[in-house]
Formats: sequence, C-alpha cells, structure tokens
Amino acid sequence: MIRIYLLRGITIIMASIFLYKLLDLQVINTSYQTLSENNAVLEIAEYPERGFIYDRNGKLLVANQPAYDVMIIPENVSPFDTMAFCDLTGVSKKRLIYNLKKARRYSKRLPSVVVNQISKETYAKLQEQMWKFKGFFIQKKSLREYRIDHSANVLGYVSEVNNNDLKRDEYYRLGEIIGRQGVEKSYEKQLRGVKGKRFLQKDRFNRIIGPYKEGSYDVAPIPAKNIQLTLDAELQAYGEELMRNKRGGIVAIEPATGEVLALVNAPSYDPSILVGRKRTRNYRKLANDTLAKPLFDRGLLAQYPPGSPFKTLNALIALQEGVITPKTKYRCNRGHYYARGAFMECHCKRGTRNDLSRAIYQSCNTYFSNTYKGIIEKYPTPEEGVDQWKEHLKSFGLGNYLGYDLSIGRPGHVPGASYYNRAYKEGQWKAPTIISNAIGQGELLTTPIQLANFTAAIANRGYYYTPHFVKQIEGDTLQKQFTKKLTSIAPEHFEVVIDGMQKVVERGTAKIARIKGIEVCGKTGTAENFTRIDGKRMQLTDHSIFVAFAPKENPQIALAVFIENGYWGARWAAPIASLMIENYLTGEVKRRWLEKRMLEGSLEEEYLKPVSGKPFKINE
Amino acid sequence: MNNNFRLDWVSLFIYIALVCFGITNIYSSTFDAEQPELFNLSRSIGKQLVFFIVSIGAVLFILVAPPKIFERFASIIYLVVILLLIGLYPFGSTISGARSWYAFGGVSLQPAEFAKVAVALATAKLINEIQIDLRRFNSLLQVVLIIALPMGLILLQPDAGSALVFGAFLFVLFREGLPTPYILLVAGLIFFFILTLVAPLPFVYVSIIFAVLSLYFFSRKVNKKAAFFPYIVSILLTSGYVYSVDYIFNEIFEQRHRDRFNIVLGKEVDTQGIGYNLNQSKIAIGSGGWEGKGFLQGTQTKGGFVPEQHTDYIFSTIGEEWGFIGAAAVVILFSVLILRILSRAEAQKNGFARTYAYSVASILFIHFFVNIGMSIGVVPTIGIPLPFISYGGSSLLAFSVLVAIYLNLDGNRLNESSF
Repeated sequence: MIRIYLLRGITIIMASIFLYKLLDLQVINTSYQTLSENNAVLEIAEYPERGFIYDRNGKLLVANQPAYDVMIIPENVSPFDTMAFCDLTGVSKKRLIYNLKKARRYSKRLPSVVVNQISKETYAKLQEQMWKFKGFFIQKKSLREYRIDHSANVLGYVSEVNNNDLKRDEYYRLGEIIGRQGVEKSYEKQLRGVKGKRFLQKDRFNRIIGPYKEGSYDVAPIPAKNIQLTLDAELQAYGEELMRNKRGGIVAIEPATGEVLALVNAPSYDPSILVGRKRTRNYRKLANDTLAKPLFDRGLLAQYPPGSPFKTLNALIALQEGVITPKTKYRCNRGHYYARGAFMECHCKRGTRNDLSRAIYQSCNTYFSNTYKGIIEKYPTPEEGVDQWKEHLKSFGLGNYLGYDLSIGRPGHVPGASYYNRAYKEGQWKAPTIISNAIGQGELLTTPIQLANFTAAIANRGYYYTPHFVKQIEGDTLQKQFTKKLTSIAPEHFEVVIDGMQKVVERGTAKIARIKGIEVCGKTGTAENFTRIDGKRMQLTDHSIFVAFAPKENPQIALAVFIENGYWGARWAAPIASLMIENYLTGEVKRRWLEKRMLEGSLEEEYLKPVSGKPFKINE
Repeated sequence: MNNNFRLDWVSLFIYIALVCFGITNIYSSTFDAEQPELFNLSRSIGKQLVFFIVSIGAVLFILVAPPKIFERFASIIYLVVILLLIGLYPFGSTISGARSWYAFGGVSLQPAEFAKVAVALATAKLINEIQIDLRRFNSLLQVVLIIALPMGLILLQPDAGSALVFGAFLFVLFREGLPTPYILLVAGLIFFFILTLVAPLPFVYVSIIFAVLSLYFFSRKVNKKAAFFPYIVSILLTSGYVYSVDYIFNEIFEQRHRDRFNIVLGKEVDTQGIGYNLNQSKIAIGSGGWEGKGFLQGTQTKGGFVPEQHTDYIFSTIGEEWGFIGAAAVVILFSVLILRILSRAEAQKNGFARTYAYSVASILFIHFFVNIGMSIGVVPTIGIPLPFISYGGSSLLAFSVLVAIYLNLDGNRLNESSF
C-alpha cells in the first residue's frame, strides 16, 4: 500500500505547501508589491518653474536662472585626473575627495552632488571635457534670479527644506525648495505650483529603460503662478538709497487701496547674495550682525512708542467723544501742572492759547494732556474711559496684528483698564497717572506699518484697507481679506486734524518737508529709547519719526518713516518722507540739495556710541 | 498505431498547455521592444520555437511507433547516451563552467537531459527482467549501477543539479520492492544531514543515540532475541556520517555551497549577495498579487532583476505576470499530471510500461519540486529546469520524448500482442 501511494502522497503534500506558500507570497503578504516598486519603478518629481515676481508697474523683479550641479554615480566612476577636474570646477582637492567619499557612503548606485551650482561658464567648459570623467554628469536645476538689488525684506528668499518643513508638510521631499520669509513664504503655494510625478521603469543596473506602463500613472505638474506685488520698485529702490548709513524703516501705503508701495528696511542687502554657492556664508554673515540686524525688518517688527504723531489720533477721539470742538482752546505756560506737583513741559511760549489746529502743528503737550484727560474723565470711572479710548484705537489697527500678507509682524500695544489695574492696583490710578498716553509716550507701542496705516486712515477720512503686498496673482482673484475697515471716527472730524497736519508742514515743525505744488500733511515725532550697557539702563538718542500723506485731497501716498537714533522728527524722518513723496508723485526730485544731504548723511557714529565703551552724550 | 490505441488525453492536454504557457513566458522574460518578432533565430524565443516544432514532430512520431521498440531498444539508447556523456570530455563545450554541451553551430545539445529518458527506459527494462529481484543484493547492485553510471558522469561535468534528478529513481525502486531498511537508511541519512546543518553537533549525537535506542526497544518488542550489537554499530556509523557531513560542509564545501543551504535554512539573510537570486525571485512572484501584472507587464521581469529568469527562474515570470491564479494553475497542472501518470502506471498490465510510467512521474516530480521550491524559497538553490516551461531546447525535447513514450505505452496497454 505505502509503496503505491507514497509518491502520490508526497506530490499532494508538496503541491499544497506550494499553493499555501504562493498564497502567502502573493496575496497575504503585500510587502513584496512595495519591494517590487522600489526595485523597478523610479518615481521622478517634475517641478514646475517657480513663479515670477513683478512690481506694481509690471517690472520683472524675480525670475529664475539655470544652475548646474556636477553629480556622480559612485559605482560608475573610474579613475580620473583629479587635478584637471579641480582646475575646471574650482573645487579644492580635499573637498572633492571628501565629497566623493560622502557620495559613496550614501549610495553606490544613486546619484549624489559632488560640486554644486557651477556657473554657466564653468558648465560650458566642463561639458566639453565630460567624457574624461566616467560616472560624472551634470544636472540642471533652477535658482532664483534677482533683476534688482533691493526689496530683499519683502521678497524673502528660498532654500532647501529642512526637517521641520518635512514634518510639517508632507508635500515636500528632501532637497526640494521652499520659500522663506517675505512673499516667497506667504505665497509659497502659488509660486511653487504643484509638482508632477513621472514613473520610470528601471532595470537591475538601475538604468532607466523607459516610462512605466506607458506613463499611465504619471501626473502632470500644475504650473506655478506669477505674482504682481503692490510695491513700486523705483520708490522702493529710492527709499533704500535714502536710508543708506542709517537704520530704520519706511512704510509707504496707497491709502485708497491699502497697497504697500514700499517697505524699506535699513540696513538692507542685495537679495542675490542669498542665491548660489555663497548662500550659506552670506546668510550667516547677515544673521550674525547683531548690531545692524539687517534681517530684522524694522518696518514690521520695530515696536516703539509712537510719540507726537499719536496726538492726531487723540484729537480725533476727543472730537468723536465730544470732549472738544475744533474751537476748544487751552492755555499753555511752557507746559502745565497735570496734577499737584507734576509738571509736563511744553515748548509753547508762556501764555499761549492754542486751538486744535494750532495745537497739532505746534505739537502742544498741554493741549493734548487736557484733551486726553477729558476723554478719560468723560466716563464715570477711568477704567471705562481708557477702554473706550482703546476701542477707538483698535479701529485704527493699533494694538493688534494688521493682517497683512507677510508672515512676520508685531501687535504693538495699547494699554487698557485691565493693564493699568495690574500695573497700579484697582482704583489707584486716574487720568493723570496715565497722562503720557496723551502725547504718544508711556506704555503705547506701535510698529512703523501701524503708523503708516493709521496715517492712511486719516488720509481717507475714516477708513483703511488692510495693507498688503500682492496686487495680483496670475489667473486668480486676490483674497478678500484685504477689505475696507471703517474707523470709529465720523468723517467730519478729520478735516480739522488734517488741516493741522498740513500746517505742520506749512508752518510747523516740519517745514523742511514742504514740496512746491503738493499739499503735504504730516506730523513729526520722536521716540525715547533705552538700552542696557553693563546692566545699567541708558537712554539713547531719540528715534526720529515722521508720518505724512499727500496730496491733501485725493491722497496717493501715506507713509511712516522711522530713523533709529535720528533725534527729532524733522532732522531725518521728515526730509526722507518728503523726498519719497516727491519722487512718487512727480517722478523726479527737484530739491537736489536736500536729496544730497539725505543720501550722504550718516548716523553710523551715533550707532557706535553705545558699543564704543566710552561715555557719550545723547540728543546732540 | 493499433486500433485499440487509447490516448491519455488528460496528460496530452496538460503537456500541450504547459509547453504553450512556457513559450509565452519565455517570450515575456526575454522580450526586447526593439526585436518583438517571434521567429528570430538569433534570439532565445526563436530557438525555443524551433525546438518546439521539433518536439511536436518527435511526439507525433513516437505516438505512432510500435510500442515494443522501446523495450527492445532500451539498452541501445542507454549505451548511446552513456557514450555521448563520455564523449563530452573530448568533444563537449563548456558553458558557464560545466562541460555539458555539444555545440553545432548555433544549437547546443545537453546529453544529460536525454540521459533521464535513457535511464528510465533501461531501469524499466532491467527491473522487469525475470531474474531481477530487488530484495537480492546482486540485483539491486545491477539496477543501482545503471542509474549511478550516468549520474556519476554528469556529476563530473560538473552539473550537480542534473545529477540530483536521478535521485527520482529512489521512488521507482521503492515502488518496485526495494526493502524498507534501505529506504529508512536513505531517509535517515537525509534527515541527519539536514539536522547536522541546522543543529549543534552534540545535539545531533544525542538524537542519534535516542533514535537508534528507540529503534532497538521497538525491535525487542517484535523479537525478544534481537541483538544489541548491530545497533551499537549503527550508532557509531551514523555518528561518523554526521561528523563527516559536518566536516565536508564546513571544510570541503565552498562558501557558495554553504550559502545556498544556509539561506533556505534561514540561517543567513543576505539579499544582495548569494541570496539575491532568491530574494528577487520572491519579490517578482510576490508582487504579482491575485491576477498578476499581465502579459509583458512584469516590472521585475522587464527590469531583468531575476537572474536566469527564462531558464531556471521562469516560475518567477509566471508568478509576476499571471499572479496567484497563473502560478497556482501551473502547480495544479503539474500535480494532476504527476498523479495522473502515477495512477495510469498502476493500471498497466505490462511491467515495463508500469516502471517506465513510474519513472516519468518521479522525474517530473523531482523537477517540479526542486524548481518551484527554489523559486519560492522552500528548497535550496539548485539549477534544474521546470519541465516543458523553462527555456532550453534539449530539456524541452527530452521531456517531450519522455512523456510521448509514456503516452505510447499507456495508449497501447490493451494491445498485449504488440509487445
């Protein structure tokens, strides 16, 4: 029996084992499918060309340029003339050997970069000699090409994704490019498009032998979009020139639309230095400059007390609250006692009686102290008063992020009742306690773009559009978030304040900002500032501030200029603002002498004072 | 052909199905988009098609031949094959290290493939001689010699894989009455061989003693007077055998031989070196899924990841492109064919026909078992073709002849007179 059935039994058993094993391999265990794909299918990403960036007049600011990486596949490399290679590519022998080793460690079959981003000229030379270097090839990639040498802070830059990016967004793969800062970051999705996929069939030597399944799984890339900025490239460039050897920021806004015409940060740098082989070194240089802080975008980030320009807002609030009328007058005796024994100085002559307009262009501290007191004391308690005042300021975009389309910013600070209840106990403070708010000092903090924005709101007589940097995205409607925001002040209250601001330029503190044929309205200011030297709080020279808009009727530009340690507003900020306005509205600057003074003027000495280690004087 | 010829349609159908499926998969695994035509003699598929036509001719010719000529010419055929095997030493050509081929122009023939047919015929004839009785040592020796002679010649080529196939005749001998102790001996040797490779030596020795002692106590139950001495001897002999296996494996075997065993035994995982073949074969088969990727759509096959894919690893193409359905169909077709031939063998009145049919089934089984087993990692890597399917003219022709002779003998089983 067993002799007859043994082989039949074994056949049936083996066939069953085979069937079971096949079922396991092919159906139950799916890991082989993936292994097979890793083995034989190469997925290649196809990148759409990154979108171009234009200015508001259609001038091309940022395009792309080809760059060339020298790659190797280690297992294909045969001995070559290293000297010749180093001469051609300009890479050191040590570096070359190090990179070759690194590539071999990474993978023998997969390509690695040996020399990155060689120039077009080197590429041309090397291309002719490539046959001498087996296993080497040149891979083309795309880099940013800047057609301008300014606006670095607005444009931002691109760089390879890092581990955090990879974790945060699974769209990206190692070695891909992502926008960092500026519009490159804010509009990353539009500028990059969506990469496509191509599947290729590999053979066992890792050679590509054609498309996988005739390309039926391929996904076409979605092209990137070009974007048009609201920036006026000429104005921006002019602003950066004016700011040479100074530190500070300029923010210029078109009041009717909220479009940012210029956002100047000083010191600035040429965006091209963050492209190519020297990128890392240059970036480190910028990041390590902790004194001038070229990467600190002052227009968006610098928070200081607004100083005198803030008086315009207090005037508007007082008018709205009915605390004063345009005709209300206060007497000023080179200042006044705002509480028993507490005197606030003013530069008005003894016995001056100012009405509102005059108080603005004379920048009378006494007038605005009284006005502010009036606002706070209008309500039963100072808490209610200060909160009501805060509400008005909020409607001008103060004390919070503005919501513009760049990723950095500061909210500033508008103190309210809860703040003062914490600072002094409840019931322990009254209007005189917080009187500094009347003249824009004290606990108030604003950024230059907030200053420019409320100036635009005044220019518009009661509303503003959320400031923004992108005018148009190719084939796309701009997001609706940059909408019209009404302030809490009725339009009729603005004329008297604007009148005062015009007189600031006509006959007040900023006569230097006068432009023939253009009615400029503005307000000067200074902001006290302090630093710590050897643990001691030291006051530095005041920051010079000027806000302005022009022309008075149908305003085209509103701006805030802020010069670190520039002393009073009319010394630096007002002339620079005025030159910017003239340049923007007339297209040329007739006041050559003023322009020359601003271009050549330097505050570098002033900036050296606190770091020199020697005693120094301020506000000279 | 006689009036009473009863063709085994089932086996013939399976044979044709497997050959056609083989051609399809050879076409796929050697496909080159630039030379897609079938009849191109410079390419594998063209050569295989020529042998296919030759094989069909041979099958038809054999089917109509008078059945008695096979028994009559068995000795001559055997002699010719032995001469051909010997002739390889002066005249053969060496391909990939083995002197196994006669080359005529673009065609080469491998006598080892035909040796299977010859030995099957010779064994069938010898076993059924009136004076041969496998229980007698003399007779056994004769039978073993005619099997071992070509086996030894092939082993010397060296082509261990093809030589191993002759192990199939153990099944034939067992069926024809080889005494149980021999079978137990062979089974025991194989068992302890594997055990030596996977287990530490002391453990193996202990199991030998344990096994032999249990055998002794079992035999004491049957026969009270069983002597203890022979068991002591067998313990010593087996221990010596185990020791020499261990010694040969570790000292005489080359690393590549050891690796082949170690990989199947799971002692080593090396997917890039020696394990590469098996790993790639498993990936190809495993990626096929239920239905496979489709004819000419196998990415592993196209990429040429599996070495020797159109010959020894043809099963991986089937697995990848035709999926579980295709692979299982091949396994089932082979099993059905083997079982069918085995059951037909038992139905033969003629001893020669029975032994021959049994030989055919055994040879097919060994090829089926080793080839598919190695493709899916159940058996160590041993390079022998999958019958009817693998690329190779000699193999296709030899297996066709092997099966055709069975079909002839089986078809004529009612024509006693014609023998």
